[in-house]
Amino acid sequence: MKSTLAITAVIFTVGFVTLPVVWGDDDFNWREIEEYKRRTNDVSAITNPVYKEECGSCHIAYPPGLLPARSWNKVMINLEDHFGDNAEVDAKTYRIITKFLLTNSADKSDYRRSKKINQSIHFSDLPVRISETPYFKHKHDEIPARLVSANSKVNSFSQCDACHANAEQGSFNEHDIRIPGYGRWDD
Amino acid sequence: MKTFALCAALLTGLSVNIAQADSETVNNLLQDYATQGVISTDEKQGEQLWQKTFKHDGEFTERSCTSCHTNDLTAAGKHVKTGKVIKPMAPSSNAERFTDSKKVEKWFKRNCLWTMDRECTAQEKANFLSYLNKKIKF
Repeated sequence: MKSTLAITAVIFTVGFVTLPVVWGDDDFNWREIEEYKRRTNDVSAITNPVYKEECGSCHIAYPPGLLPARSWNKVMINLEDHFGDNAEVDAKTYRIITKFLLTNSADKSDYRRSKKINQSIHFSDLPVRISETPYFKHKHDEIPARLVSANSKVNSFSQCDACHANAEQGSFNEHDIRIPGYGRWDD
Repeated sequence: MKTFALCAALLTGLSVNIAQADSETVNNLLQDYATQGVISTDEKQGEQLWQKTFKHDGEFTERSCTSCHTNDLTAAGKHVKTGKVIKPMAPSSNAERFTDSKKVEKWFKRNCLWTMDRECTAQEKANFLSYLNKKIKF
């Protein structure tokens, strides 16, 4: 009995003494907690400078976690007619962009929103527009046209950053939404 | 007064440097077009083609360079479809303009195709460059 008590005491003491060491460890920092929070809510941010430059000059650089790999593949094999524009790139750029898109796509991502988007798409469907995915439609079904297509500062759902200021950083948090000419949007 | 003169001299020196850096890329491009048979450039024709409207079926039935770049080369433009802001074409308002020949050729290809349904000829590109570059105001 005495020895059990002694062992327990030792365990507790060692535990308390090492606590500051664990907290002080580099592995434990607030940035990681922030990152964890983002993972549980958002999609991954854009980290590839080539993608950002090449795909972000005509429209916002869409985070790859917004569509599954098969969708990005379809977009990439048809850059000659990219929603009505020629968007061809040289072979090297093509490889960099494709690799970035396919390795960070919604079906490969562990970010919560990416998973949800991917799960919402039927396996036989091949959407090439983010706004065609069931998850997107469900999330935006209460927003009237006058705030989007009839709003000259927005024009279309394809301009994520008109209302989601941090779209390119992969953040679509509901509390950060500001619709131009309207303001906050609370569901 | 002396200070003013000094400042003016410094500014002029700086401007000349920028202008030279800009025109180096343009000169290289023009030399390239020369090997493709361009023997002279025509600013006026460049301007006319820049402002010419082309008919299309379907989306955006009337297309012109100015659809996105506007009529003012020193002002920012806007992508007619996505609304994304396009920096001014004139190097006087946008020092980055015409400093990377690969980039210039990339956009010539894409935008000539969108506007005219065909790529631009070397002559047309040379004319465009002489028109757009003329807007350098230092």
